[in-house]
Amino acid sequence: MAELERHSFDVLVIGAGGAGLRAAIEAREHGMRTAVLCKSLFGKAHTVMAEGGIAAAMGNVNSNDNWQVHFRDTMRGGKFLNNWRMAELHAKEAPDRVWELETYGALFDRTADGRVSQRNFGGHEYPRLAHVGDRTGLELIRSLQQKIVSLQQEDHAETGDYEAKLKVFQEFTVSDLLIEDGRVAGAFGYWRESGRFVLFTAPSVILATGGIGKSFKVTSNSWEYTGDGHALALRAGASLINMEFIQFHPTGMVWPPSVKGILVTESVRGDGGVLRNSEGKRFMFDYIPEVFKEKYADSEAEGDRWYTDADNNRRPPELLPRDEVARAINSEVKAGRGTEHGGVFLDVSTRLPAEEITRRLPSMHHQFKELADVDITAQPMEVGPTCHYVMGGVEVDPDTGASSVPGLFAAGEVSGGMHGSNRLGGNSLSDLLVFGRRAGAGASDYAAALSVRPVPSEASIAEAERVALAPFSGDGGENPYTLHMELQQTMNDLVGIIRKAEEIERALERLEGLKVRARTLTVEGHRQFNPGWHLALDLRNMLVVSECVAKAALLRTESRGGHTRDDYPAMDSDWRRKLLVCTASGPSEVDVVEKPQIPIREDLLDLFDRGELEKYLTGDELGS
Amino acid sequence: MGYQGNFRVWRGDEDGGGLEDFTVEVNEGEVVLDVIHRLQATQAGDLAVRWNCKAGKCGSCSAEINGRPRLLCMTRMSTFTEGETITITPMRTFPIIRDLVTDVSFNYTKAREIPSFKPPKDLAPGEYRMQQIDVERSQEFRKCIECFLCQDTCHVIRDHEENKEAFAGPRFLMRVAELEMHPLDEGGRTVAAQETHGLGLCNITKCCSEVCPEHIKITDNALIPMKERVADRKYDPVVWLGNKIFRRQS
Repeated sequence: MAELERHSFDVLVIGAGGAGLRAAIEAREHGMRTAVLCKSLFGKAHTVMAEGGIAAAMGNVNSNDNWQVHFRDTMRGGKFLNNWRMAELHAKEAPDRVWELETYGALFDRTADGRVSQRNFGGHEYPRLAHVGDRTGLELIRSLQQKIVSLQQEDHAETGDYEAKLKVFQEFTVSDLLIEDGRVAGAFGYWRESGRFVLFTAPSVILATGGIGKSFKVTSNSWEYTGDGHALALRAGASLINMEFIQFHPTGMVWPPSVKGILVTESVRGDGGVLRNSEGKRFMFDYIPEVFKEKYADSEAEGDRWYTDADNNRRPPELLPRDEVARAINSEVKAGRGTEHGGVFLDVSTRLPAEEITRRLPSMHHQFKELADVDITAQPMEVGPTCHYVMGGVEVDPDTGASSVPGLFAAGEVSGGMHGSNRLGGNSLSDLLVFGRRAGAGASDYAAALSVRPVPSEASIAEAERVALAPFSGDGGENPYTLHMELQQTMNDLVGIIRKAEEIERALERLEGLKVRARTLTVEGHRQFNPGWHLALDLRNMLVVSECVAKAALLRTESRGGHTRDDYPAMDSDWRRKLLVCTASGPSEVDVVEKPQIPIREDLLDLFDRGELEKYLTGDELGS
Repeated sequence: MGYQGNFRVWRGDEDGGGLEDFTVEVNEGEVVLDVIHRLQATQAGDLAVRWNCKAGKCGSCSAEINGRPRLLCMTRMSTFTEGETITITPMRTFPIIRDLVTDVSFNYTKAREIPSFKPPKDLAPGEYRMQQIDVERSQEFRKCIECFLCQDTCHVIRDHEENKEAFAGPRFLMRVAELEMHPLDEGGRTVAAQETHGLGLCNITKCCSEVCPEHIKITDNALIPMKERVADRKYDPVVWLGNKIFRRQS
C-alpha cells in the first residue's frame, strides 16, 4: 500500500457551498485550524445556481416586514411541520447575515435610498429577497470565497503561510467518516485528480454537502448532489428526518431535452411573469388551496394591481409556495392542456418592457437564448417541474447544528427541519448563512472543550480503503452509468412529484435489486481523475438515501408540502405532529420510525390567528 | 433528429497524449457537453472532464472547441454541420492533469495576491449606502463565473510561461478594477495594478472580452479604465511632482 497522506485539523468542513464556506469562516474566526473539503473547484459549488435572492426581513422596501412576519411565512410554507426553533433563529438572524456579506465586499442591487433592494417571491408576504439581478447565488459564493481569501491573507501576513489556519482541499471526495467509540475521529477520502487516499484526523466534522437531486432523472441539481452528507451521517450513526419531502421546483426548462430540468428562477414570477396553459388561460387561479384563500387574489385584475399596490391588493396565485405551483402545472399537463414539449407557458414578455426584462433577469435571458433559441423578451418560456431541493436531512440541534453523534454537525440543505415539508424560495441562501455560522461556532466550541481527541483506528482506515477500491477489484460487473440511469428513472417515475403506495413499493423492490447489483460495480482505467470510479462510489450514497426517501414516503399517509400522495390527497393534522426518522440498521439497510414533534412554543403560536392555526393543528394542541 | 457525429478528443496526461477519434450519437438541442457525457457513458468510462451546473453559471467545463476557448455546456451542436469533425482539447495555457482537465491553480494563486476588499472603518454592517448606478460598474465584473477562458486565451501567458509570474491575467486585473470601482472600498489599487499585477503587459487586444461567456467587456470597462487611472497616478507630471514633494507615508 502506498504511503497514506495524513492531516490533522480542529474542524473539517465537507462541502464548499454557502453553508460550508460560512461555517469555515466562523470556525477560523473561533481560532480553529480549519479545512474545507470539496468535490469541485473552490467557488463552483451548487450555490452558484441560486438565482432569486436571500430572504431576510430587513424591511428596506416595505417597512412592515420584520422577523415575526418572516417566521409566519416560513411556517406556512412548510405547512407547520418546520422545526419552529430553526425557523425562529433563521428569521431573526438572516438580516445580520446579509449585512455581513456587504462587509465581505458583496454588491447587492440597491433601493433608491441606497440600501439593499428586496424583491417579491412566492410565499413571502413582503418584498424580502436581497438580490443581484438573477445571479444572487454567484454573488453569495464569491463573497464568501473572497472572505476566505482575505482571512488567508491575514494568516499569511502573520505566519508567512496562507494556509496556516484555513486550507481548502478542492476536488477532494470524502468517502467515509471515521468514528471511534461513537464519536467523530476524522474522515477518509481521495483526491479526485490523482485517486490518492488521504486521512484527516479531526474531532469536529461539519457536513455541508447539499442535496440529493442526482438520484432523480429530471433535476436542477449538478453531479455533486449525490446525497454524500446524508449517507455519511447515516453510516456514522446519525439520524435523518423529513426525507419524504422533496421540492419539485415548478419551473424547470423542458426543452430541448438536454437542458430538461435546468432551473428557471422564481423571480420571473416575482417580477410579473404569469403561467398560462395551451388554451392561454392563467390557470393558477383555479388552484388556490383552502388554507391560502385569504392571502391570494381571485381575479387577474387584482393580482395585476398587486405589483404596484401591494397594501391594498392580494398577491397573484403564481406566487403561491412552490409545492402548490408545481402540482398545478403537473395537473394541467396531465389534463392535456400542456405545451408541445410537456410543460406550460411562463410569460414575462407581455408583462414587462424588453429592457426591463434584460435588466432584471439577465441570466434567464442569456440561458434561454443560448440553450433554447427562445428570446424571453418576445416569447413565452416552456417550463415544468424539476427536482430541486430536499427538505429532509440530518436531524440537528437548532442552535449548534450538532447531530446525535458527538463531533458531527450539519448545516444547509443536508440538515433537516428548518423548512418543514416545503421550503420557500429565498429561504435557502439565508438558511446557509444562518446555520452555516451556527454550525461553525458549534463545531468550534465542541472541539475546544474536548480534552482527549479520538484517534481513528488503523482497522477503520483499512476498511474505508477497501470499500473505496472495491470497484477496481472485479471485472465484467455492472456499469456505474447504467445503474445510475436506472436509479434516476426509478425515483423519477415511482417516488416523484405525485406518489401512491403501489408505486413506492415497486420502487423499493427495484432499489433492492439495484443494491444487489451495486455490489458488483466495476470500472475501467486507473484511479487518476476517473469519473466512472467516482460515480461508482457516489452510487453507494445515492442508493441508501433513495431508500430513505421511498420508505418515508410510503409511511406518511397524507399529502403535505413536498410529499403528495394520490391515495391520501388530504393534509392530516395528526401527521403534523410526527416526524419520520431514518437510521442505518446495517451497511446498506435503512430503518424508518415515527417520532413526535416538539410542540411549538407558546409565544410563537401567538403570532398566528387562531383561525389559521385550526387549519394545521389538532384540537388538543389548541387546547379545545 | 439524431445523427452520428465525428469527434476528436484529446486524451492523455502530463506525460503526453494525443487526439482520439470517436463517433458519437448527437440529438436535437444538445450541447457539446452532452456528447462528452454520452462518450463517457458508452465508450470511454474514464474520460476526464470537469463540469458542474451545465447551465453556464459555474464556469467548470472550460475547454477548446476547434481551437476556440469555450464552455462545453454552452456550445450547441447546432452551430456545427453534421459532417463536420469537432475537435475538443483542454485549455492550452494551463498544465494538463488528464484528458480535458487542466491544473488551474495558477488562478487561485493570483487571486490570493490581490488584497481583499477593505471595508469602510466608520460604517457598521447594515449602514452601507450605495446608489445603484455606482455599484453597477463593479457588478458587471462580479458576473464573472471564473471559467478562466480569458486567462486561457490571453497571449501574454498563453504561450509564455515566463510571464506567468508577473501577470495576474485579465480575470484578476478585472478583480483589481472591481475593487477600485467599489464605492466603499478603502484600498488604494492603481499603483499595485501596474507594479504588482502586471497591467502594463496587457496590450488591449480584447481577446479576453471576445471569449467571455458572460459577455463582460473586460478590456473596455475594466482594463482600459485601470490603465487610465494608472496613467493619471503614475505619469501625470503634476501628480508626479506632488508625490516627490509631499511624499506619501503609507
